[in-house]
Amino acid sequence: MTQSSGLPLWEIFVRSRRGMSHIHVGSLHAADWEMAVQNARDLYTRRGEGVSIWAVAATEIHASDPDDKGPLFDPPADKVYRHPTFYEVPEDLKL
Amino acid sequence: MTDALAATRSRLCDYALALGDDCLILSHRLSEWTGNAPDFEEDVALSNLALDLLGQARGLLTHAGELEGSGRSEDDLAYWRDDLQFRNLILVEQPKGDFAWTVTRNLLFSTYQELLYQELSQSAEPILAGIAAKGALEASYHCEHAALWTARLGDGTAESHQRMEQALMALWPLTGEMFELAPGQAELVSAGLAVDPSLVLEQWQLRVGEKLQDATLSIPRVPQRRCQGRLGFHSEHLGHLLAEMQHLHRSHPDASW
Amino acid sequence: MEQMVDDSLEDAFQHRIDAEVKIEPRDWMPERYRASLVRQIAQHAHSEIIGMQPEGNWITRAPSLRRKAILLAKVQDEAGHGLYLYSAAETLGVDREALVDMLQTGRQKYSSIFNYPTLSWADVGSIGWLVDGAAITNQLALTHTSYGPYARAMVKICREESFHQRQGFELLWHLSHGTEAQHEMAQESVNRWWWPSLMMFGPPDHSSPNSEQSMRWGIKRVSNDELRRRFVDMTVPQARALGVLLPDPELRWNESTGHHDFGPINWDEFHRVVGGDGPCNAERLTRRRRAHEEGEWVREAARSWATRHVPARIEAA
Repeated sequence: MTQSSGLPLWEIFVRSRRGMSHIHVGSLHAADWEMAVQNARDLYTRRGEGVSIWAVAATEIHASDPDDKGPLFDPPADKVYRHPTFYEVPEDLKL
Repeated sequence: MTDALAATRSRLCDYALALGDDCLILSHRLSEWTGNAPDFEEDVALSNLALDLLGQARGLLTHAGELEGSGRSEDDLAYWRDDLQFRNLILVEQPKGDFAWTVTRNLLFSTYQELLYQELSQSAEPILAGIAAKGALEASYHCEHAALWTARLGDGTAESHQRMEQALMALWPLTGEMFELAPGQAELVSAGLAVDPSLVLEQWQLRVGEKLQDATLSIPRVPQRRCQGRLGFHSEHLGHLLAEMQHLHRSHPDASW
Repeated sequence: MEQMVDDSLEDAFQHRIDAEVKIEPRDWMPERYRASLVRQIAQHAHSEIIGMQPEGNWITRAPSLRRKAILLAKVQDEAGHGLYLYSAAETLGVDREALVDMLQTGRQKYSSIFNYPTLSWADVGSIGWLVDGAAITNQLALTHTSYGPYARAMVKICREESFHQRQGFELLWHLSHGTEAQHEMAQESVNRWWWPSLMMFGPPDHSSPNSEQSMRWGIKRVSNDELRRRFVDMTVPQARALGVLLPDPELRWNESTGHHDFGPINWDEFHRVVGGDGPCNAERLTRRRRAHEEGEWVREAARSWATRHVPARIEAA
């Protein structure tokens, strides 16, 4: 195995245009963040998909545990009043 | 057309050809990396550089054909001239070498190109100015790529440092040609159509010197070699490159693709 | 006890799949599902990477600058698509370097089609039209695969690859409508690539060992034979428009099935090439290994630099 020769993994987020959030697009390998951003520009915005790039070291990402899905994500599911479709408005009205 | 106007157009045509040939030939060398780069990310990056330069070459050759007025297309100019008719720098036709060689050449050439094109984007010749303005943006990105790698290879390991030094020693003597005014171009410069490349020499040395210093490298103390690529006198490498590039096109002279 | 827990987890997992709910990286999944996905995604990524070689073979000889730009952009896309796929595979807890090592030591496969040589310029067209056409047929089905990161990579790849097949078709169209020599070049190339393209969908359903489980898990959405049938039905009218003949005397429209019948595929050849005895197997792997080995000092330098420098940060915004 030559596993040791791999470069660190970076998760890449791209803002596709002004007014939008950065969205996770994938990952790549690079020795440092500067190279990661440079590579991300070539790899993930070849067709002009982005105006801003974030590179985050994969080791720095902390995730919720999917097994916690119950306590963490269930409560909002019954707070239907958070969603606009909860409210009835006259059909011909633009709101 | 008056004689004077015809002479200017013919000089501008030569000028556009020389700039276009630089891009075409360097693009060819960079494209040799596609599939062979040190990492997959770099396959993508080097292909991007090659594509940018190919785009510039096509714009410049097409424009040269128009200036010439003989109806020669970008392909006629790329595929039907022999090596003595090419006007590119000796620097860009050198083989692709190792990655240190490629990074070093990119640093030397893209810094030159960015500075030159920034000036040329002010040309009184609008098409040339437009090509140069777009090219300068692309070149500045190429500089960034070259600078990042120059730092990492120069100040990386003993091996990478040594490879960078070797590349610098070999390529530096070929850079003098970049700053020479080709015959017949003085008139274009005084008419505000072309740029005297010697004007950007000082800034080029400064910028390249800084990048090398950041990378624990320095400008080698070696004399410049006499290069005459701009006059059509090339190294032996160009003929082989052209043989490869042109053979299919020339094998089917009446074909379109 | 543990077995019972696993069984109930596996039941829940299968319910999720059956309900078309995507599986995401940190979800519980059966080990065999994970292994199967890693194998398939890695093989797919390897195919993109090795696939750069046959077409890359013509970049420096492309017969016009326009064609050269198209081809360069296409081969570059393949490197990009390889990276999207490795990125998807890595969400399953494997390291790209380990996968690349598996490729380079022959322990994981790539699509056998790339073990055929590109002998003429028309082969660039045939790869685009037939090979990419076959790949897209397969990949469109995979945009609905059950594993989220794989499905998302497929969506992106399909979107970007739409130009790949078109450029191949256009390239061949120019040849088949060009000079006599160009037309011959196109026909000769299609003759060589047609059968290997049909083999790309893999062995017939009745002899495809992993297919059934993959279908149940939603990794594979459409069977090999069904994909092959779709591809043939799609390609026949295109060949007519191109003015080239598909080299199969038994190929004809079958009114009763509503599909094309086609002649027998030479599965011996398929198994031989998969097994390593194709025209270019050795060359492809040798070249891949060489690029990797020659790049080692570069990656080493970058790593070394990074341990001693942290580039000045720019604030994220």
